[in-house]
Amino acid sequence: MFDKILIANRGEIACRVIKTARRMGIKTVAIYSDADRHALHVKMADEAVHIGPPPAAQSYIDISRVMAAIRETGAQAVHPGYGFLSENPRFAAALEEAGVVFIGPPREAIEAMGDKITSKKIAAEAGVNTVPGYMGLIADAEEAVKISREIGYPVMIKASAGGGGKGMRIAWNDEEAREGFQSSKNEAAASFGDDRIFIEKFVTQPRHIEIQVLADGHGNVVYLGERECSIQRRNQKVIEEAPSPFLDEATRRAMGEQACALARAVGYRSAGTVEFIVDGERNFYFLEMNTRLQVEHPVTELITGIDLVEQMIRVAAGEKLPFSQEDITLTGWAIESRLYAEDPYRNFLPSTGRLTRYRPPAEVAAGPMADAGKWLDEAAPRGETAVRNDTGVYEGGEISIYYDPMIAKLCTWAPDRAGAIEAMRVALDAFEVEGIGHNIPFLSAVMDHPRFVKGDITTAFIAEEYPEGFQGVQLSEEALRRVAAAAAAMHRVAEIRRARISGRMDNHERHVGEDWVVEIDGHRWPVKIKADRQGSTVRFEDDGDYRVESDWTPGRTLAVLEVNGEPLVLKVNEIRGGGFRIRTRGAELKVFVRTPRAAELAALMPEKAPPDTSKMLLCPMPGLVVKIDVEVGQQVEEGQPLCTVEAMKMENILRAERRGVVAKIHAAPGDSLGVDEVIMEFE
Amino acid sequence: MNDILQELERRLASARLGGGEARIAAQHAKGKLTARERLEILLDEGSFEEFDMFVTHRCTDFGMAAQRPAGDGVVTGWGTINGRLVYVFSQDFTVFGGSLSETHAQKICKIMDMAVQNGAPVIGLNDSGGARIQEGVASLAGYAEVFQRNIMASGVVPQISVIMGPCAGGAVYSPAMTDFIFMVKDTSYMFVTGPDVVKTVTNEVVTAEELGGATTHTRKSSVADGAFENDVEALMEVRRLVDFLPKSNREKPPVRPFFDDPERVEPSLDTLIPDNPNQPYDMKELILKVADEGDFFEIQEEFAKNIITGFIRLEGRTVGVVANQPMVLAGVLDIDSSRKAARFVRFCDAFEIPILTFVDVPGFLPGTAQEYGGVIKHGAKLLFAYGEATVPKVTVITRKAYGGAYDVMSSKHLRGDINYAWPTAEIAVMGAKGAVEILYRSELGDPEKIAARTKEYEERFANPFVAAERGFIDDVIMPHSTRRRVCRAFASLREKKLTNPWKKHDNIPL
Repeated sequence: MFDKILIANRGEIACRVIKTARRMGIKTVAIYSDADRHALHVKMADEAVHIGPPPAAQSYIDISRVMAAIRETGAQAVHPGYGFLSENPRFAAALEEAGVVFIGPPREAIEAMGDKITSKKIAAEAGVNTVPGYMGLIADAEEAVKISREIGYPVMIKASAGGGGKGMRIAWNDEEAREGFQSSKNEAAASFGDDRIFIEKFVTQPRHIEIQVLADGHGNVVYLGERECSIQRRNQKVIEEAPSPFLDEATRRAMGEQACALARAVGYRSAGTVEFIVDGERNFYFLEMNTRLQVEHPVTELITGIDLVEQMIRVAAGEKLPFSQEDITLTGWAIESRLYAEDPYRNFLPSTGRLTRYRPPAEVAAGPMADAGKWLDEAAPRGETAVRNDTGVYEGGEISIYYDPMIAKLCTWAPDRAGAIEAMRVALDAFEVEGIGHNIPFLSAVMDHPRFVKGDITTAFIAEEYPEGFQGVQLSEEALRRVAAAAAAMHRVAEIRRARISGRMDNHERHVGEDWVVEIDGHRWPVKIKADRQGSTVRFEDDGDYRVESDWTPGRTLAVLEVNGEPLVLKVNEIRGGGFRIRTRGAELKVFVRTPRAAELAALMPEKAPPDTSKMLLCPMPGLVVKIDVEVGQQVEEGQPLCTVEAMKMENILRAERRGVVAKIHAAPGDSLGVDEVIMEFE
Repeated sequence: MNDILQELERRLASARLGGGEARIAAQHAKGKLTARERLEILLDEGSFEEFDMFVTHRCTDFGMAAQRPAGDGVVTGWGTINGRLVYVFSQDFTVFGGSLSETHAQKICKIMDMAVQNGAPVIGLNDSGGARIQEGVASLAGYAEVFQRNIMASGVVPQISVIMGPCAGGAVYSPAMTDFIFMVKDTSYMFVTGPDVVKTVTNEVVTAEELGGATTHTRKSSVADGAFENDVEALMEVRRLVDFLPKSNREKPPVRPFFDDPERVEPSLDTLIPDNPNQPYDMKELILKVADEGDFFEIQEEFAKNIITGFIRLEGRTVGVVANQPMVLAGVLDIDSSRKAARFVRFCDAFEIPILTFVDVPGFLPGTAQEYGGVIKHGAKLLFAYGEATVPKVTVITRKAYGGAYDVMSSKHLRGDINYAWPTAEIAVMGAKGAVEILYRSELGDPEKIAARTKEYEERFANPFVAAERGFIDDVIMPHSTRRRVCRAFASLREKKLTNPWKKHDNIPL
């Protein structure tokens, strides 16, 4: 076995590899760019080598710099993680030449699977289903119909030179095939000057399901079940699970065996993933093979109890796989949610900055991984359902603009899917992130989405269910009442503390009463709170009792409660006017708990519509105004520079979003502005 | 007997109605609460004891004898906020537009006198059209009586003004002399002369909101210390502020049960200071992470943002915080920030509130605008305020403490009790670049030499140890331990006694 390995990566995957290496007694070397000087993987590794400036091209994927770090530290093997150099045959070759072991597949396998056309060919030869299609020249519409019939409807008719949906038609019958062929051909000729057309099977209700394979250098290949990765946004996976709620045992076996056949065909070694597209009838077709560890590998680990990184290292060291296909069992259900630094309400715009608060939920070890003694965080307590958080950041760390915005992979495991979903809901609620935008509300929303809960998902799920983007979550009245009951009980605790301040008039202290009104999401619910030693009973005038138990104390930003015996976790911040801002189950709520009289008076306060910002230019980040390019009364065109704001030493040119006339300018060069401060207004 | 009791009930009911239901409805239609409703929000439920409900004016001119509503346009008395005594007056816009008559003023004076005598804050809710013109000079005299009491009460009991409607002309000077002014957005304004007079005299066309609205006074003039969305929010926040303040200068600030560990460490503070010394960071993060439960009541949040002022608690006890804000103008001291902080420091000192200062200051802002504006005397206000303050003073230098601004920011030399520095602190006369340009003027043509000199200067002075060697810094502390160290520092200063020499009063450079 190796004494020392280098991890040619950063972020959560570098940290994850270090954890396994450490358990195996292998020393680790991290590499880092200027932007990662204080990164978590650098802190965790035994050694760390600086390899260049922030852009990955000049650091993490600069082969010569990585090779220098290997030489400098005497690492015997390299784990590439995912991305960066993980599927770069030149890197594998450089390692080979230097006599350093690549913890991954043979270079030839990377090369073969790295090319879309070659990989499809090899797959087809190995007996793997590929999307049926006809690549040759098609003479006329009648031939198109004939080919379409052979493939089987529906089919997609595409221009060879096509792109962006141009020259593309879907045909469900002969007539549509005939028409589609002609119109595609015309469009292709007009758009691309190339009227060659090809036809392939159109996959309906497509799901993205992939098979994890593991192979050693001794001819053993096994598959470790599948991962369902259909929840994607613009081809970026967001939520994955294992197993898939859609596959039956026969399909799973067929896919697994084909995946193994492909692995054998390319002489595969190490962990790899064969991606399939699966249609509504469980027909599956090969997409591509990823010759590396996948981001979403933890869900496979959680249901098989196999540490994939450990097996990769052992295989690389020449060991045999310690199990055969019959030994592999899939137990329970695992889900992974990817936390991204992005603003879900602003079209998932990436968000960068300092993590002023970062408190993931506590890890709990359970399931096969824990049973096998492979749980990565040895300090995690045992439980019934598992919580695992693979992360590369920490509170006080920086999310930089240079790399992937993924900050953590939160996984849960439970004996069944419903349990894993419920555990994920609670874990997401308990995840505290402040300082940057994050997609936790969106992830929570998916966990409560009826289609997801049923397992009725396709790769179009997000596009179909959130066509206008994410607008937040509307909780059911029942859920709102649970939150209202919790907030009422918490508010009363806070009020009792307020009333215990020193300097009170003896015998004339403030009496904190039992009658309150909860204002939440447009409701005003009168409640009576009876507190006892264990908690509070909150009686809604119109809906009976809610029992609230919690050890929450004022000022805590996370409230872990039980409402009617069921867990409820709230992210809580106090807001002006004595209210709470609460995030739970993807909803962001302002909650005020007032005495009945105060509630009556508060009801008289006018609703102030938020200012119409569509006719304003707002400062997008805290910064200094360097230049104003326009004058009052000036007509501006879309895209015209309006003003330059310097933030973090970078000049940002703010441009007009549409035509307009400048009505007022509020800022002048030299002003320093906060986020959303108005710079100018338009007519 | 029964008839007599009924007569009282009748009179009470009539007084409670103020200017009558139609005017109450009009007040509500403007998004405003009535004088009495406001007190219901401000005070603990059922705690209000009203005085002078039956007072009426004595004016007979202009047909006033026919209208003599009970209470005369202001509701006065006392109540409690979380069980602590406060005196209140609340002007009733439904009665003669809340205008101030001789008797209206007398009612206010009565509760102010009692507040000073009994050692409790005065909270005034202002909603008044101004002087009662029918009463003429009697009304003006009334204002002056109130002013004189504001002056006498200053520094004895906290005085808080909430502007919840118009407040114009002479009326503005009573709030102006109180400790804090809060305004309600869109429904309140304050000015000495209104838009009509402005138009006549200067030909400027300006709306009441632009001239004296909440935005104007919190951002431009700094007359107001905070602005709130509506009456309820404003009054709830005044309750919150009162919980930070002592009732008078005769007692220590209040102590509240707290649920936060004084020993709490914050590892994230170790990365608060960016690697690049010219990169800003948010000082508020430090304040929130040091404070009990992250609870911070900011004063003048919208004005001179290069310095932050406000109240926190440490171990349940109130502490005033002054902190340079590197996010704005690099945290530089200028006219506005000096005035803002000086007034805050003096408030804290007057009411025995210990002061915590976080320092990251590159110096004073240069330029003609500043010099012509009198930055010398305005900067001196802050210097003076810190130097005269006898309350416990704890200072933490996080990064830059350059030049005269180092001295000003609660330095050891201004009787700072405990002065800490983070390892990232740079205490020097100026930044390395500027210093080298002066010290090695002859070498300026040689960039290599200058770079070497700069490096040399940085190594020698860009640290806290030169100051620590002289005892100007008591200890260099780890950022993550700031809360613990600061809590312990203030704990050790709880019995601090320090008296300035007797004087009639000082002569701070106003």
